[in-house]
Amino acid sequence: MFDKVWLIPLFPLIGFLINGLFGKKIKNEAVIGGIGTLMIFLSFLVSCGILMQMIGLPPEQRVFEKVLFPWIHSGNFKADMAFLVDPLSVIMIMVVTGVGSLIHLYSIGYMHGEEGFYRFFAYMNLFCMSMLLLVLGSNMLVMFIGWEGVGLCSYLLIGYYFHKKSAGDAAKKAFVMNRVGDFGFLIGLFTLYWWFGNNHNIWTVNFTEIKAASHLLPYGGVVTFAALCFFVGATGKSAQIPLFTWLPDAMEGPTPVSALIHAATMVTAGVYMIGRMSFVFVKSPETMMVIAVVGAATAIFAATIGTAQNDIKRVLAYSTVSQLGFMFLAMGVGAFSAGIFHLMTHAFFKACLFLGSGSVIHAMHHALHKIHAHDDAQDMRNMGGLRKAMPITFLTFLVSTIAISGIPGFSGFFSKDEILWMAFANPYHGNLNIVLWVIGAIAACFTAFYMFRLVFMTFFGESRINPKAKGYLHESPLVITVPLMVLGALAAVGGYLGMPKILGMLPNYFEHWLEPVFALATEYGSKYAHHGAHPSHAVEWGLMGLSVVIALVGIGIAFTMYVKNTELPGKFVATFPALHRAVYNKWYVDEIYDYIFVNPCKVFGQFLWKGFDVLIVDGVVNGVANVVMGFSGIFRYMQSGYIYNYAFSMALGVVVMLGYFIFK
Amino acid sequence: METLFFLIITFVAIVSAILVVTCKNPINSALALIMTFFCLATYYVMLDAPFMAAVQVMVYAGAIMVLMVFTIMLLNIRVDATKKHSHKLIFGSIIGFFTVLNLVVVLVKSRAALPTGPYSGEMIKKIGHTELVGREIFTNFLLPFEITSILLLVAIIGAVILAKKKI
Amino acid sequence: MENLNSYLIVSAILFTIGTIGVLTRKNVIVIFMCIELMLNAVNLTFVAFSRHLGNLDGQVFVFFIMTVAAAEAAVGLALIIAFFNNKESIDVDDVNLMKW
Repeated sequence: MFDKVWLIPLFPLIGFLINGLFGKKIKNEAVIGGIGTLMIFLSFLVSCGILMQMIGLPPEQRVFEKVLFPWIHSGNFKADMAFLVDPLSVIMIMVVTGVGSLIHLYSIGYMHGEEGFYRFFAYMNLFCMSMLLLVLGSNMLVMFIGWEGVGLCSYLLIGYYFHKKSAGDAAKKAFVMNRVGDFGFLIGLFTLYWWFGNNHNIWTVNFTEIKAASHLLPYGGVVTFAALCFFVGATGKSAQIPLFTWLPDAMEGPTPVSALIHAATMVTAGVYMIGRMSFVFVKSPETMMVIAVVGAATAIFAATIGTAQNDIKRVLAYSTVSQLGFMFLAMGVGAFSAGIFHLMTHAFFKACLFLGSGSVIHAMHHALHKIHAHDDAQDMRNMGGLRKAMPITFLTFLVSTIAISGIPGFSGFFSKDEILWMAFANPYHGNLNIVLWVIGAIAACFTAFYMFRLVFMTFFGESRINPKAKGYLHESPLVITVPLMVLGALAAVGGYLGMPKILGMLPNYFEHWLEPVFALATEYGSKYAHHGAHPSHAVEWGLMGLSVVIALVGIGIAFTMYVKNTELPGKFVATFPALHRAVYNKWYVDEIYDYIFVNPCKVFGQFLWKGFDVLIVDGVVNGVANVVMGFSGIFRYMQSGYIYNYAFSMALGVVVMLGYFIFK
Repeated sequence: METLFFLIITFVAIVSAILVVTCKNPINSALALIMTFFCLATYYVMLDAPFMAAVQVMVYAGAIMVLMVFTIMLLNIRVDATKKHSHKLIFGSIIGFFTVLNLVVVLVKSRAALPTGPYSGEMIKKIGHTELVGREIFTNFLLPFEITSILLLVAIIGAVILAKKKI
Repeated sequence: MENLNSYLIVSAILFTIGTIGVLTRKNVIVIFMCIELMLNAVNLTFVAFSRHLGNLDGQVFVFFIMTVAAAEAAVGLALIIAFFNNKESIDVDDVNLMKW
């Protein structure tokens, strides 16, 4: 089955071609949606087959490289279109194809009646193909194809409602910020390639070969530079500080897009990349610290902004940025498998949350449309008490919210707790560990707070919707609720794959599964780790309990403010108006970027246009024409019309020529 | 004896040429040109080409010059009103001087080829120049001869059309 | 039977005089006559060489030159008459409609 790994990106590619080329003619929505979903589902079946086969093999044999065709062979540079099947990529393809198929199924119902239905499914399939190329690529170039492809599809899908100016602007913003990150990725790639080739005559971009030669890399120095460049790429793709502002704006796209791309798959590409290149990152302690600090900072920064937003999708977007911060925190402290584990559980509950919010928005929009009101269907201030009208959506939403808040028993608890514990107990960062833990814990508290705020405002309390529309609210059709139920179930039980050892009930399947992938990184890290006293089990139990208490505190505050005593939010805003204004306006980051980057760019562009293009380029071209005209103005006097002049010139010419030949 | 004769003819020819260029009255120029043609015909005779001399007198001095005299009379030019020279004589003289310089230098520096052809003076005298020229034209140069006849046809038609008052 | 050189010198002088006449005179018909003078000088050269080389090619060529000169004279004079019908002048400086 390993041999057939190339089928996995192929199916979505076929789906893209069919829907893209013929979709406009196939008017039947069921056919278009069916083809799109079927293709991803087929990829999912092949991924399951590969997983089954891999489980049956002993850990040493779980690496397989399939070369599809030789792509670039130019002198020393060799890059094939090849796929790498190993435990890490198998997890990724399961997540991508599994969650992807559910979201495609959901979209058939959600995008019903949209003009451009076929365009949506074509782009979604193209996106899945690019993402699968990214995670399956066995060398950096194939990964980069996928990297760029997902950026492109993100642009196409965010700008799906291209008639709206805000959607087009958001799409451009996402693409440009992604490109800034991609530049970092490329510089890192070039640096690594050049260093290996120049110093050891190993010219390769293949992951397996680099891994085999990684013992030649020095600690720090050029590796720090390369790793930081790769990390810049990761910040662009995974929306970390400083390149995160595109993700909230990306909510202009349809909700399934937000669920698939901006929750489960594309934004996790950065985390995956760090996991894939863990042996390079570990060689640079400075970069690891940078990653951990940036992750923690992003987690708390985004969490604060999420507490004050009113648009349901914005809250979820900032929550995504915050959870990605947690994943990067994990990668930065050397807990690579914990980061990937949180990636997986986050995919489940965040996709469920986004799809649930889509269901809510769908119902609100439908109801408001029926009474011809123009209220914002996404504003939580217009919602309330929806749990009676939409029970299934409410239940799955609640399960996922409990999971993200880190309540024991659900998946988010196991992954987030592992991250926080490793942030505290890792041997790499010394005294910084406690700071990282505290920031992570506060961010977790905020997470619980704003997520339950969302649940209370939307599903509990008095209904604040236009009274006439209240009767039209109803549960969404099966094609929307079945994916919600599946994802909710996964959010609930998915965590048991990675139970920490301390709880003792089940072995940590996840960590064992990924151990061979990250073993080399752990070995490199141990060279400079502080081999001090390992924190005891008591500390671990204590911290676990503390994080649960913090989550419950967050939930309690949300309950108090939004269910019991609903004037409290208003009083809070009145007491701290400046703070609320700053948080509500996203700490003015967008405005700062406008001032520093966007406006100088515009001025530069204007200068290049007026100064350079018009003056110099046009000047040269017009100048040449003017010179020719000038010369012709002089030479035209030779045509005087007088016969004498002509005869004279002829005679003179003959005499001169004759004289030249005679006297030579 | 021959040299003296040659020198006299040369003198007459050159004086007539200068008269062509300098006479105010175009009829005088025409007459001087006819004189020059006669001298040239004499040269042809001296060069063992009597047929050429005959054709020269017939065509040039006979036909072309008569045509020119007719044209001058047709155009009815008033002699006294016209200025003789249009442009300064000096420029033309300079050109002329350099032309003659070139040609003389060519003459001095170069060497003519040796006689190679079969037609010597005695043969021409014996067989007859006309017959020999006819033989050449109608065997080796037949095509140019035919083309020339067409050329003359075109010239006739052209001349008639150009000079009509109403086409 | 003078040697070749003298004939060639005579021809050169006649040619030069013809050139000076073309460049100097104002009357179009006189210019035409000077052109005929130049043609004749060349004819003399041809015949002289033909006699010197013992070949009749030169004389045949002279024959054709004369024919062409006749045709040219006819057409040229017709042109001059047509021009005179238009402009009432045969000053060569008045033939200047082909200015830029």
